[in-house]
Amino acid sequence: MNPYLAGFFLGLVLLTTIYITGRGLGASGAIKSVVVASVKMAAPQHYEDSRFYEEYDKSHPESPLRSWLVFEILGVILGAFLSGLISDRIVLKLEKGPGIRNGIRIIAAITGGLFFGFGALFARGCTSEAALSGMAVMSFGGILTMMVIFGSAYGLAYFARRLWLKR
Amino acid sequence: MGPLVPEIISNEFNLVIAFIIGIGFGFILEQAGFSSTRKLAGLFYGYDFTVLKVFFTAGITALIGILLLAHLGLLDIDLIYINPTFLWSALIGGVIMGAGFIIGGFCPGASICAAAIGKIDAFAFIFGSILGIFIFAESYPLFEEIYKMENWDAVRIDQYFSISPELFAFLITIIAIGAFITTTQIENRINNKKVTFSRSQLIKYLVLGGIPFIIIAILTYTPDRQEYIRHQISDTQQQKKCIIKEISSDKLAHELINNYYKINLIDVRSQDAYKEYHLPLAINIPLDDITNHEWKAYFVQKYKINVFYADKDTIARKACLLARFIGKSENYVLKESPGQFRNLFFNIEPPSNDALKTEFNTYRFRVQSARELLYLENALKNSYNLLRKENQK
Repeated sequence: MNPYLAGFFLGLVLLTTIYITGRGLGASGAIKSVVVASVKMAAPQHYEDSRFYEEYDKSHPESPLRSWLVFEILGVILGAFLSGLISDRIVLKLEKGPGIRNGIRIIAAITGGLFFGFGALFARGCTSEAALSGMAVMSFGGILTMMVIFGSAYGLAYFARRLWLKR
Repeated sequence: MGPLVPEIISNEFNLVIAFIIGIGFGFILEQAGFSSTRKLAGLFYGYDFTVLKVFFTAGITALIGILLLAHLGLLDIDLIYINPTFLWSALIGGVIMGAGFIIGGFCPGASICAAAIGKIDAFAFIFGSILGIFIFAESYPLFEEIYKMENWDAVRIDQYFSISPELFAFLITIIAIGAFITTTQIENRINNKKVTFSRSQLIKYLVLGGIPFIIIAILTYTPDRQEYIRHQISDTQQQKKCIIKEISSDKLAHELINNYYKINLIDVRSQDAYKEYHLPLAINIPLDDITNHEWKAYFVQKYKINVFYADKDTIARKACLLARFIGKSENYVLKESPGQFRNLFFNIEPPSNDALKTEFNTYRFRVQSARELLYLENALKNSYNLLRKENQK
């Protein structure tokens, strides 16, 4: 799809979301809900004692799995699957830069995810929640986070070039 | 008026909407190519700037859309969630996320789309983010202090720089278009592609690029809905056209005593004037606050009538007209001023002995009404206080 057209449609989805719910889109928040729910189920005693879960519980009186973002992400999975289906892109495959081994790619993906998940909690939102939705509502913090994410990635791109470019 | 949750759409149905919106979100991200880690990484090595183009176009579309809806009075911009600014956490979290982006080649939303179409590395990334979130949650006490430092609250960037939202929208659109042109050139140079635009293509891009500027110009140079309403109600021509129903003090007193639950008596004077003296059972909504969201419920309902009063007849009339713009409630204006009402009911002198019988009747009615109004006010205040105590428990 033409990137500008896709961006326009994505903007309309975001606008609709804000018009209906008063809040923007998100992604890492849903994973957070799943993590919190798992801890609550697996280790209820620990859940009670931990500062982080205590604060989460206070701000989310309902069950973590009933949060808006969890339902949104279930939709995302279906939407992306449908898109892959009509564009014939559904295939089990490991995508990576040229010239790195599969094992390295997996380790890098886990490490990258770890950093992203940790950072998203630290900054109160990821590229969807803080950067994209933050830009739409002109949040100072959101736009700042957006610039820092991309600035940091550009700054580190040189050191990570072996993961993505031909030698 | 938006946002529709929770007043128009219930929280339950909202979860269904979340699912439907998610489908749109996921579909577009996947169609735009966010499910490919090579495309995402291309942004940082200059061979593919798709992600930047999608991202910026989406942000600007939504931003201008929000301003447009607010301008038309369809969305209350003060009610939407503005991500709060915590300076240190935004900076530190952003740097860490940037590292995650370039090492892992995904952001969380993109990884979920990629996993949905079977990318194995995306599953690894999601597994990593679960770990990262878990580690943050477990080590939270270590970071709590810095996480909460420099809390600037929900400050908007236009407020921070004291510029109008329209000016910010204008500036960021210019930046985006500049970025689109530059990145396309970089892309073509790195991929050794020679691209020339045909005349019709150029015209197409010029027209499309002009649309946001036209909308911003409209936003800047036309009065918004609030201004329009205020203009309409101050226009004496308009005031004359609109017939306003009046209610006399005696009739009001009679109605209040018998049907107090069917009437909102609204004092539209300033707070101070209200505190000094107000009619029994009256609530205070200063004229300038009538269009505020918190009072909307009074003007959209059709079960109770609203009776406005002020010291000046014209102010009460303005309030009545404003209410008519907001909703469909039945509105009346009190003929007398609150001072006159007080004199009629509470500072009343008995008529002289040779007065007519009707004068005696009126006198008796007013004295009786005054007593009953005070009684009602105290009784309702009492039950209201009890209710509030109950809620606090």
